[in-house]
Amino acid sequence: MHFIRVCATALLLAVIAFASGVAGSSVALAASAEKGKTAFIQHGCWQCHDFNGQGSIATSNGKVIARTALPLDAFKSFVRTTNGAMPPFRPPVLSDDELDDIYAYLQSQPVPKPVSDIPLLNAARSQ
Amino acid sequence: MPTKETSAKLNRRKFLAAAAVAGAAGGVASAQAAAGPQTVQGPPRLPSALPPNAHVAAAETGAPEMPSSNEGKPGSDFMVDVIKTLDIKYVPSNPASSYRGLHESLINYGKNTMPEFLTCTHEESGVAMCHGYFKATGKPLMTLVHGVVGLQHASMAIYNAWCDRVPVLVVGGNDLDAAHRAPGVPTFHSGQDINAIVRDFTKWDDNPVSAQHFAQSFVRMYKIATTPPYGPVMMALDGGLQMEPVRDFGEPLYIPKFFPSAPPQGDLAAVKEAARLLANAERPVIVVDRAARTADGVRLLVELAELLQAPVVDQGNRMNFPNTHYLHRPANVVGQADVVIGMELSDYWATVNGFIDNGNDGFGQNLTKIKPNTKLISITSVELLTKSNYQDFQRFQSIDVSMPGDAEATLPSLIEAVKSAVANDRKDALSKRGDAIRQAHAKGLDATKQAAAIAWDASPISTARLAMEVYAQIKDLDWSLVSTSGNTSNWANRLWPMEKHYQWLGASGGYGVGYGAPASIGAALGNRDLGRFSVSIQSDGDLMYAPGVLWTAARHKIPLLAVMHNNRGYHQEVMHIQRLSNFRNRVANIGNDLAPIGTSIMNPDIAYHQLAQSMGWWAKGPITDPADLGPAIKEAVAVVKSGQPALVNVVTQPR
Repeated sequence: MHFIRVCATALLLAVIAFASGVAGSSVALAASAEKGKTAFIQHGCWQCHDFNGQGSIATSNGKVIARTALPLDAFKSFVRTTNGAMPPFRPPVLSDDELDDIYAYLQSQPVPKPVSDIPLLNAARSQ
Repeated sequence: MPTKETSAKLNRRKFLAAAAVAGAAGGVASAQAAAGPQTVQGPPRLPSALPPNAHVAAAETGAPEMPSSNEGKPGSDFMVDVIKTLDIKYVPSNPASSYRGLHESLINYGKNTMPEFLTCTHEESGVAMCHGYFKATGKPLMTLVHGVVGLQHASMAIYNAWCDRVPVLVVGGNDLDAAHRAPGVPTFHSGQDINAIVRDFTKWDDNPVSAQHFAQSFVRMYKIATTPPYGPVMMALDGGLQMEPVRDFGEPLYIPKFFPSAPPQGDLAAVKEAARLLANAERPVIVVDRAARTADGVRLLVELAELLQAPVVDQGNRMNFPNTHYLHRPANVVGQADVVIGMELSDYWATVNGFIDNGNDGFGQNLTKIKPNTKLISITSVELLTKSNYQDFQRFQSIDVSMPGDAEATLPSLIEAVKSAVANDRKDALSKRGDAIRQAHAKGLDATKQAAAIAWDASPISTARLAMEVYAQIKDLDWSLVSTSGNTSNWANRLWPMEKHYQWLGASGGYGVGYGAPASIGAALGNRDLGRFSVSIQSDGDLMYAPGVLWTAARHKIPLLAVMHNNRGYHQEVMHIQRLSNFRNRVANIGNDLAPIGTSIMNPDIAYHQLAQSMGWWAKGPITDPADLGPAIKEAVAVVKSGQPALVNVVTQPR
């Protein structure tokens, strides 16, 4: 019995650890990509990062935030404190829950097709 | 002291008419041996204080006082003789009473050819058409504007031409004779010195008072406008001078022959010093903005870059350097430079410095982009002509070797000086530098394509997809990208192979929004005559300033493929308000739209395809599914190839 309890506890911890590893914290498990899309649009993130987080050399210095590699905590920290070209989104403007949802929305973006699978891009300039 | 009555008897026009020598223009080659001007009796002029009333309407619409047929050749006919000596093909203009004399002479006496009158629905459109036409052809056009109000309409477009260093010949009708011009509206539309409206952003202006004065000044203004640094020029043209018979004051009238001026070149000693610095640099960088205006200019830049194996940053106000060349590199390479040479840069300071507008106290942050001891060299003709009021000269930047002169004209001597300055034992090192740049170029190109693939199938349609769907349909044509108004993340310039000087014509210069549509049509007019296919990426906000130019394109059969970048907003302002709201810790109020109140162009959405159709264009849209885009553009291309304009309304992502 004790062995079973230990195994169950270990399994639970493993699940939590896995979830944390994927999303940065257990809070993110409750996040909704659908709500995140709404928040992403309502709070104007799309204006510089486009609707799918692909960004632009003109507005986000070419930075792509779709499927961002930043862990959730680092992502949230940046959004809260940036004072460069990107304005900070502080709690009175954007809640923690909304930030979690936005992160989930960005992670939900599809992996882009390889360039080799896009004939139009193969027609682009070459050296 | 003369009485009022006496003064009236001695009024200028009657005096001039009485003094006119019959056949005064006999020494001038006529464009037309047609009958002389007709006498038309209009309704009697009545005193009038303010419009609108019947008297004013009569004055506005009534026939002008004209010399009788036996009084000689109208002044405006002689003006047409002058204009015809200067290879001016078109006069895109909005009609106006103050230049009716010249208008009538152009279309009747001049047979509406060389130049041909093109009907515009806004003076801003007329100027911007001249602007685009020059960049496509290298030849200036003339536009006619009404005194005061017409020139006020035209002024933003003139400012764009000024900032973009483009020659435009602006002639503004003006009834200067206060005692004899029609009262009411024509007087509202007259000014003591209408040129003052645009004097701060024109190279030169004049207000001729005789036919001979006109001849000298018109040839002079053409010469000034077309000598680097290029720029718009202005002539106020008195209504009376257009109407009255030409007089020779006892000397035969003549038309001065035009000979182009040689462009100014950089000082030879400075050229040698620049060459020495470049030849001995470890990491030289060439930055160009409006350096090449011809195929030869592009060729010379390639020669210089290859001699030095130096990366070239093309800031894009012209197609200066082929983006397929391995030395074509992004702006951040200046960060590694020990020597930077800037050619015809509109903003040297911002080339080597950065600015972050972070909303703090309205100042932002200044950051240097270059290493402390980087040597800076400049060649620009703009140093030869700077005015004070408008701030197009940008921030001051200290330069180590500064050459006021035309870059393209200076390139041959600079190339020769570099050839002499590069030591033989440096050539291996230069070759290795070139190899490294080649690898970086290839890597950068791969990254660009990968970035373009993101959101490829999204709706609204990504701007990368938009650009490549267009390119797929035009790539086998002799195409010219005449404008990309708004901002589509520069995808066309990043992904389309651009090697010819006319494949990209640059932006507006002064960033006065409303340039894109009319300049595209002006460029398309020039390209039409040269057998090229014109394409523009047309933003929504830009088009709505003066959409009537669409009608001008249809009316005069100017073929242009306009693909809408319809992001439903004034997007630059969208971001400004959003950012400022955030800096002030406030939620941006978006009302019922997507973007902060006052910045969206939606609810209702504008049916740009229907707008274009209503003015005689073939058009299709709105396209929201990327899969539908290619077929729609293919149809549009076929229409344009048949000689008509076509528009595809595409709902896009913001940038």
